[in-house]
Amino acid sequence: MSSNAQPGSGSGSHQVLTFVLGNETYGVDILRVQEIRGWSAVTKIPHAPAHVLGVLNLRGSIVPIVDLRMRFALERAEYTTVTVIIVMSVNTPAGRRDFGVVVDGVSDVVDVNSAEVKPAPELGSRSATDYIRGLVSVAERMVVLLDIDRLIGRDLALSTGVDAEEALAASAA
Amino acid sequence: MTVDLTQFHDAFFEESFEALDAMEAALLKLDVGSPEPELINTIFRVAHSIKGGSATFGFSEIASFTHSLETLLDELRSGTMPVSVALSDLLLKSVDVLRAMLRAVQAKQPIDAQRVSDLQFDLEVAIAKKSEPAPIVAARTAAAPLAVAAAPVAQMESPAPRSPRWRIQFHPYRELLARGNDPLRMLRELAALGELEVRVDSQMLPPLAEVNHQDCYLAWSLELPGEVAEEAIRQVFDWAEGDCELTIEHLTGDPGNLSVSATEDLLAGVAAEPPASAPAGAMAMSAQQAPAAAAPPPPAAPAASLARPDAGAKPEGSVSGLGDSGSIRVSVEKIDELMNTVGELVITQAMLSQLGSHFDGPEAEKLRAGLGQLERNMRELQESVMRVRMLPISFVFSRFPRMVRDLAQRLGKQIELKLTGEQTELDKTVLEKIGDPLVHLVRNSIDHGIESPEARIAAGKPAEGTVHLDACHRGGNIAVEVSDDGGGLDKERILAKGRARGLVGPNDSLTDAEIYDLIFVPGFSTAEKTTDLSGRGVGMDVVRRNVKELGGKIELRSEPGRGSRFTITLPLTLAIVDGQSVAVGTETYIVPLISIVESMQLKASGVTRLSGHSEVLSFRGDYLPIIRLHELFGVEPRSRALHEGLVVVAEGDGRRVGLFVDDLLGQQQVVIKSLEANYGHIEGVSGATILGDGSVALILDVPGLIRAASMRAAA
Repeated sequence: MSSNAQPGSGSGSHQVLTFVLGNETYGVDILRVQEIRGWSAVTKIPHAPAHVLGVLNLRGSIVPIVDLRMRFALERAEYTTVTVIIVMSVNTPAGRRDFGVVVDGVSDVVDVNSAEVKPAPELGSRSATDYIRGLVSVAERMVVLLDIDRLIGRDLALSTGVDAEEALAASAA
Repeated sequence: MTVDLTQFHDAFFEESFEALDAMEAALLKLDVGSPEPELINTIFRVAHSIKGGSATFGFSEIASFTHSLETLLDELRSGTMPVSVALSDLLLKSVDVLRAMLRAVQAKQPIDAQRVSDLQFDLEVAIAKKSEPAPIVAARTAAAPLAVAAAPVAQMESPAPRSPRWRIQFHPYRELLARGNDPLRMLRELAALGELEVRVDSQMLPPLAEVNHQDCYLAWSLELPGEVAEEAIRQVFDWAEGDCELTIEHLTGDPGNLSVSATEDLLAGVAAEPPASAPAGAMAMSAQQAPAAAAPPPPAAPAASLARPDAGAKPEGSVSGLGDSGSIRVSVEKIDELMNTVGELVITQAMLSQLGSHFDGPEAEKLRAGLGQLERNMRELQESVMRVRMLPISFVFSRFPRMVRDLAQRLGKQIELKLTGEQTELDKTVLEKIGDPLVHLVRNSIDHGIESPEARIAAGKPAEGTVHLDACHRGGNIAVEVSDDGGGLDKERILAKGRARGLVGPNDSLTDAEIYDLIFVPGFSTAEKTTDLSGRGVGMDVVRRNVKELGGKIELRSEPGRGSRFTITLPLTLAIVDGQSVAVGTETYIVPLISIVESMQLKASGVTRLSGHSEVLSFRGDYLPIIRLHELFGVEPRSRALHEGLVVVAEGDGRRVGLFVDDLLGQQQVVIKSLEANYGHIEGVSGATILGDGSVALILDVPGLIRAASMRAAA
């Protein structure tokens, strides 16, 4: 399950897709990225957390879309034709799931040397920042490396009431 | 150049296992004393082809064994050796041994040579003994008179009828439609045989308000020209037998022909009686209805005598299920892939259609005509692909006659297995997963349910217990029932056990349903001693879990001393649903048509506000709560005024509610996509689908909606 190389784990360098949210630059492991697509209207899901905007049809499968701005409690931005959705796969207790995140824009693919990744400074509650793998400097900019399994995976599982038993059964299947 | 034979091994094994299944089914159908020649031929062919194949591939043990088997079968075929119970046991054992040998060879493991040679010896002994009198003389003599009884029937059909007309009285029972029979199709088939005269008898038709659209109220009186073969007429009614009263008369004035209808009448009369009062009749029914899986070799001669005329009347129909079906094997993944692609195609086609409507000009008309054609073709394609996945439930039921026979023998119980509604079709995925739960329920019935013959007689019941498997369509679902006339569940013991295990508090009082629910708890068993069949406490929880995974439910009813009945309700298919699209604000939802009772516009006066917030509408003398979908789902509606929108009266779990929506959009078949694959379960939503424009619409789950709404109301 966790065979995918995670940013910050192990040594050597790996590729990271960076994207912009407000003034910050974030990065995710490129191996987790399924595709990048333009914004299109989503179908709302009842009783979903506010940052889960709804679902989209991604070549026949139904994929939930998460607004990262809302997830990070940033100021909300308008969705326009240049708004981008990054579709990623995340490992949850219930197995692999695909989901899309709405970001302001995709920047670049960069090589990150694991040795250069600095841990995130601990400020306030631990759980608020445990989805941050670490920080790394790329061309004078600070990139926040995200652990999407923690950021979204647990989030999805919790928000949709997947209990441990079901999760086990699903991951065994 | 040499040919590598191993590449054909897989095909050989697959075909051989399939052929052995057919052989087993044929053996179980074989009547002691008066075997059907076609059945024996089927059995012989199986042995012969396995012998040929195994010799070709150099599986000498199998070839040698099948050679002995074939020799014995040849004696049967030529009629020099009668079919006895002992012999059919021997043949069934041979099937087992052959299967084991094939499996061993397939897995490249050594064959259990001792078992094979023991049985082969028995076979040789049986061949050597052929001249001696049959071991079961009683059965033969008992069966003899009935051969005489059947004789007129046999004579009747052999000469081609020269007389002018056939008269067919066709009185379906009400549940005919639910068993998957379509009278219209049958009439069409009859009309294809010759000039058909149809008279409908609508006397049974109740007033419109009382009509249940799933019941059949009509009866028909039909006439066909006399040249038509009786065989052909009977074949049309093959599947409906047991679900109707059928009389086929030859209108000639020739008194000899009357015996045909007389026999039929007798049969129909017996079949119509409740099975409890006529066990023999029940046997006849099951034999009649079950081309794929027949009653076990009848222990009682009268039963056989009733079954005989039927078997004689349609030898082809009764054997057709066993012979070559002209089919090919395709892996399920390939079909699923096909389904997915077709689903995508449908969406693309809908997109093109929408686009095509925007064009103007001389070519646009042609474009639209082409698109229309494409749409029709797509629909046909989708339906055909769906049908590929549908199989009759007899594929699952056919394993039971053997199982019941073996278990009954082992436990020293007398059990008759009744199978009905086997032609009911359901999706392959559902079919595959329902087999094991059913096996478990049947085993339970035999082990715990049916009592020993002595206990049954002491309780004033017939020594032979009945296990009944039934399948039918019920409101867009498939209902599969496993019932027995055994001792029923022991409520006190279950309750005591529940208390002992701490599942029930010492002072809790439980309803019957709650007590029965305990048996579905993992690890729960009341059996005093564990048998290798059941009682280990694994099972019922697995049964329930499997059924739930299929989106179905299982219910249990039981009466002490009278038996118990498990009802499994399953969706017809997991892939497609007929839906009504409704609009709420900017969102589109799909309501399954099955759940919809009626849709209507409300007058302001039709709504009553109960204390507090809840609204009810008056509907055919009932008051139904109104669920405002926009409130439940947090969507901004076009209008909050009830009379400006529409109300869809829907039913779920036996409760009716009015769903308030903005508008009805249209009906369509939608392909169900899982929301849970990437997201999770949402109360009141069973899944999602992709609409023509590529957007996603949620499919509503009415029972879940009702639960969600009542939880909100309670909160």
